[in-house]
Amino acid sequence: MPDELTDGRIVIVGASLAGLRAAEALRDQGFTGSLTVVGDEPHPPYDRPPLSKQVLLGIAPADSTGLPMRRDPKAEWLLGVKATGLDPLGKRVLLDNGESLPYDRVLIATGTRARPWPNPEEAALDGVFTVRTREDAAGLAARLDAGPRRVLVIGGGFTGSEIASACRERGLEVTVTERGPAPLVGALGGTLSKLAAVMQRNHGVDLRTGVTVTRLLGDGSFTGVELSDGSRVDADVCVVALGAVRNVEWLAESGLAAGPRGLACDAGCRAFTMYGIVTDDVFVAGDVSRFPHPLFGYQMLSLEHWGNAVTQAEVAAHNMVSPGPLRRPHLALPTFWSTQFGLNIKSVGVPTYSDHVVIAQGSLEARRLAMVYGYRGRCTAAVTVDMAKSLDYYQHLIETAAPFPPPPGAADRAIAAEITIPSDVPDPSVLSHGPTVALTGYLPDRRLTVV
Amino acid sequence: MDSGTLLARITDYASRPDPYPLYTELRAAGPVVPQSDGSLLVGGYHEVAALLHDPRMSADPRSRGLVTAKPPFLRLDDPEHHRLRTLAMRPFGPPHTPHRVDGMRAEIANITKELLAPFESGGQVDVVDDFAYPLPVTVICRLLGVPHEDEPLFRAWSDTLVASADLRPDAASAPRDEAERARAEMGGYLVGLSEQRRDEPGDDLLSAFVSEPDPELRLTREELAETAVLLLIAGHETTVNLITNGVLTLLRHPEELDRLRREPGLMPRAVEELLRFEPPVHMRERVPLADFDVAGITLPQGSSVILALAAGNRDPRRFRDPDRFDPTRPDNQHLGFGSGIHLCYGAPLARLEAQSALTALLPRLATAELVEDPPPYRQNAMLRGPRHLSLRL
Repeated sequence: MPDELTDGRIVIVGASLAGLRAAEALRDQGFTGSLTVVGDEPHPPYDRPPLSKQVLLGIAPADSTGLPMRRDPKAEWLLGVKATGLDPLGKRVLLDNGESLPYDRVLIATGTRARPWPNPEEAALDGVFTVRTREDAAGLAARLDAGPRRVLVIGGGFTGSEIASACRERGLEVTVTERGPAPLVGALGGTLSKLAAVMQRNHGVDLRTGVTVTRLLGDGSFTGVELSDGSRVDADVCVVALGAVRNVEWLAESGLAAGPRGLACDAGCRAFTMYGIVTDDVFVAGDVSRFPHPLFGYQMLSLEHWGNAVTQAEVAAHNMVSPGPLRRPHLALPTFWSTQFGLNIKSVGVPTYSDHVVIAQGSLEARRLAMVYGYRGRCTAAVTVDMAKSLDYYQHLIETAAPFPPPPGAADRAIAAEITIPSDVPDPSVLSHGPTVALTGYLPDRRLTVV
Repeated sequence: MDSGTLLARITDYASRPDPYPLYTELRAAGPVVPQSDGSLLVGGYHEVAALLHDPRMSADPRSRGLVTAKPPFLRLDDPEHHRLRTLAMRPFGPPHTPHRVDGMRAEIANITKELLAPFESGGQVDVVDDFAYPLPVTVICRLLGVPHEDEPLFRAWSDTLVASADLRPDAASAPRDEAERARAEMGGYLVGLSEQRRDEPGDDLLSAFVSEPDPELRLTREELAETAVLLLIAGHETTVNLITNGVLTLLRHPEELDRLRREPGLMPRAVEELLRFEPPVHMRERVPLADFDVAGITLPQGSSVILALAAGNRDPRRFRDPDRFDPTRPDNQHLGFGSGIHLCYGAPLARLEAQSALTALLPRLATAELVEDPPPYRQNAMLRGPRHLSLRL
């Protein structure tokens, strides 16, 4: 009954972007019952994208990125409290303070954490950082302020590249190591990763590709690394940017379909059990979720995107208070952005779901272009470099499954707009950092290994 | 009625006070409505927005065979449009100059206050001539760094240029010659002024333009003059219309006016709603660079496609209850500033001017009465707004 759905007890586990937006949306949708938000960090919800950009540049203090509340969600905030388990039969969320919270419906939005350096002793060296939380960014920013002789960044994904960019902008020497052939290759494929490599080198980054870090050196304090090619790099600061780990361990005993790729849910954000049976009182949103998308063969997508956290949280909240026929699917196209080395990179669709690419507008030489990704003759993604205003057009092509390559006629059409080249998306297990989009379903002609 | 005459009926001067029923007819007639003059009219929100973002749509009149000099960047395509707009943006907005517009807040409030000083209770004023018209030209003078003593000179040129843009279709061509002269004189004046600024730079746009050290990033003298004239023309009448339409709309909706007086914090959202409900720019022209289909109808290469932004703003498929003026409207992604690569360059400044002007006027509007409703309108159907708006205070 709709009346009952707008009342009762809802618990949201996770107090970051998805948790906050879901709380706001629940009230927008007329939920009048009790609402509790549990977050393991002691802070009210804050924004993370600036932590690897403005905060490291010293433009914004780390504690200034609090997310604005668009309305007071009238929730009880349990901050600094960690959820340790979920009892789906007793309908309770277990907490690390020994208490438990009863719920009628629960939303799981526990997100991800930074993947730590695998050797705990080396990871504990003074000067070794990951960047995920406000404290991480504040600590690294302070260390950059002190003027280290060199910063070593392990992993050339988006976070690693943005951190390297911030260091160069501050005039600091930087080395980036990447196990794959070029930075960003996992997210953007071969062609744009070559542009990324050129941009890094032009901006003075000491970029080492095709190598791994075998050891962090130091006695108490970090002093450098050994690489798999036998070389050694001396540095004062080390940033481990090896991607993210989904916060699902607390669900291990819950019987839900939670694993390293996240917690699986249906298009309406309802969690699956480990038997593939959909629940009706456990919902999922944000980085911790994996969900099927019709434009990408109904494969389960795992995204680490700001925009996905927002749209999925809104759909989840709507569905939590709506009867079956009024529920909505989460169909938003994945989008993300990055700023690094003076470039604005934006993406729509899933670039890794591709076999070929074409430069549809602009050029690599101009450092301004729109690259369109195609899979079996249809458009599946587009990435713009300093050409964000074109993105809506390509989004429409992707949403309507338009033929690939896209039709001619653009005023600034590239000379090679009809010459498609292989997209060259690597197997994610080759990369230093995890992929920010993972396809975790069935795709017979592509080997995407579940890590 | 024949949908092929819609554009003619919209541009007919008799439709100026209320073109909105025609826009409803346009949306009902289909996504793309061929006109008897060969042009194609588009009025649905989603179709207009998609075409504004489509890189195959040219803004350049030369794309449909018109022989004309190189237009300013407003009517150029990428990559040349991008180059000029980026250079013009460097000293005006983010990322290089994020505080320029916000930094003018106090100055705009002062100009507004000076202009409103003669608005006394019991008097009769013309919102257009006495307030909305002088405000943007004064702001542009300050922005460019035109010395106070030269402002009258600048205003005279501006009056001529703006008047010429609002000719009746049957008017003689003499004002156009005058406008060309005014344009040339103003361009010359600005180039001269920028020479001075090179030696004695101030905190203004012209100084920033000429003191750019990197020649790659510097506008030529011609580009500089052209850009400055563009800023004036494109930023002038549109802002006048926004403010005047705002006053008219608030007086027609006394409950909303009351609410704004109680909650002045709503003004930024009210201005967004004005940009949707009574936008200054009603239509823009684009030209397809290749044949392509929209909703099953081919837009032929080189044809004239008229995008009715104001019709899209009232599309019920996009906006709930679109004919209601609602300053608290959520999700108000209107087409008032266009969209895509030509999204209004001066939008942040226009917003600030309109917010400042309407906020300052609010106390005086409580007892104000419209002398004439509807007021007399300008000729122009694309840039639509009242020519006069007389109020009894």
